[in-house]
Amino acid sequence: MFITNVAILVLAGFVGYAVISKVPNTLHTPLMSGTNAIHGIVVLGGIIVLGLGEDLSALDKGLLVVAIIFGTINVVGGFLVTDRMLEMFKSKPAPVKQDDEEQA
Amino acid sequence: MSSILAASFIHSSDFVAVLYIVAFSLFIYGLSGLTGPRTAVRGNRIAAVGMAIALLATFLIDGMGNWVLIIIALITGTIIGIPSARSVKMTAVPQMVALFNGVGGGAVALIAWAEFNDSAGFVGKPLTFVIPSLFAAIVGSVSFWGSNIAFAKLQEILPGHPIGAGRLQQPLNLLLLLIAIGSAAAIASGETASIYILVLLAASALLGLFVVLPIGGADMPVVISLLNAFTGLSAAATGLALNNTALIVAGMIVGASGTILTRLMADAMNRSIPSIIAGGFGGGGGEAGAEGAGEHGGTVRATSAADAAIQMAFARQVVIVPGYGMAVAQAQHAVRELATELEKRNVEVKYAIHPVAGRMPGHMNVLLAEADVPYDQLKEMDEINPEFGRTDVALVIGANDVTNPAANTNSDSPIYGMPILNVNESKSVIVLKRSMNPGFAGIENELYFEPMTSMLFGDAKSSVAEITAELTAL
Repeated sequence: MFITNVAILVLAGFVGYAVISKVPNTLHTPLMSGTNAIHGIVVLGGIIVLGLGEDLSALDKGLLVVAIIFGTINVVGGFLVTDRMLEMFKSKPAPVKQDDEEQA
Repeated sequence: MSSILAASFIHSSDFVAVLYIVAFSLFIYGLSGLTGPRTAVRGNRIAAVGMAIALLATFLIDGMGNWVLIIIALITGTIIGIPSARSVKMTAVPQMVALFNGVGGGAVALIAWAEFNDSAGFVGKPLTFVIPSLFAAIVGSVSFWGSNIAFAKLQEILPGHPIGAGRLQQPLNLLLLLIAIGSAAAIASGETASIYILVLLAASALLGLFVVLPIGGADMPVVISLLNAFTGLSAAATGLALNNTALIVAGMIVGASGTILTRLMADAMNRSIPSIIAGGFGGGGGEAGAEGAGEHGGTVRATSAADAAIQMAFARQVVIVPGYGMAVAQAQHAVRELATELEKRNVEVKYAIHPVAGRMPGHMNVLLAEADVPYDQLKEMDEINPEFGRTDVALVIGANDVTNPAANTNSDSPIYGMPILNVNESKSVIVLKRSMNPGFAGIENELYFEPMTSMLFGDAKSSVAEITAELTAL
């Protein structure tokens, strides 16, 4: 099981590399913000450990609740702020299109 | 009968696994959309849908409990997250990303801590669980505290210049790293006392603080990107420990993409990532810069808004060079108005965007896009540099280090070799600046002492507005 997971890990690394290697400078900030939102997936880790945990101490429950709060902030805030940034780029579709074609 | 089967299928681990596959496919698809201007908004939303599906799948895992706490935590996080993302000004986005990144790392560290406690020191857990968890605890903690310092520096709660223990810094950081790894090794080899995990978390926290504190503001974009990659890797490690493919894939994609982004940014500054982490950009550089200032002394020429307006009104081409100063002064809308006024007079206006201008890559693009500056007027460094030779006026708005000719000429300068915008090739350079204080890197800019350069001191926004007013009055 562990080795399968390591294989998935390695492949995901290459996928991440392949997807990102051609990004215009313009989109670096939104991209950083978007990937930032995606690692908020750790919220699932918090939910699973809290949800499946039996006889968790009050301290551990507290830690996990904070972890889920943190993860949720990461996800919700991350996606929203990225969306706001990108909406600004979208408002001028015509020149964007032109520029793209010139560069292609 | 069939409904019982259906119900058991919904709660089966296969169904959850299938949903996770759907979720991480959407992450990858969405992320690839984020790499093009036209598909970016949709890409981000697709990734968000993936996240919602992953969350839903997690709720279906068999035997889940503690629902009340989970729901309360999710709602609390949402209540905090939405307004902070909605209300943040576009100029403050870099520190917001740092903060969101930090809480993600914090979540990873807290989960590892709770797991340690819950199993009374990882008793009966295989090493394939223990090692990724310990890795996650260290990296998550470094990322949390490091990101908070990055936030504090960008928010100017802490001063932007490097703070550090000088020569002792590296041995100190190394010692902290060794303490963290040593505690991890002790836990992995069977120690169960909670002091070990506390020492591990504390040493990692201090390491995060001490690694980011000595880094100058100019390097902050690179640091945030690096910490982003760290949080991704720690999330992937959590996924390995929990045998959760969604976490593994999403975390690792962020880890890989964040690493590339970090390298792209470091390349743009001609700095290696290790030398940035070693810190002190502006530490040693500050001294060299101070000497430089002594040599020049007093040859700076100040100008007025009226004079700047006249120069630009009769120019054929004006290149605007925005930097962090524009972001701080929120001057992007004023800049746009100035450009419109110039265009009415048939002056060609372009914007020169240095890859690391501002505090994040693409920071200037975001701000100028907010002010409705046409996308095709934004020129990247390689595209605009050959044009400075036939530019009449280069208007530098709060950009410093990215215009410093010392990067090309002075091999003693700490920024020597960094690609810069060659504004000093323009016929005339007008620099809008608050004062003669050196930039975040703490290096004196030789550009200001050149004969074609004139300085317009003051807040960037009001200076630009004054020039525009003078221009309309002409």
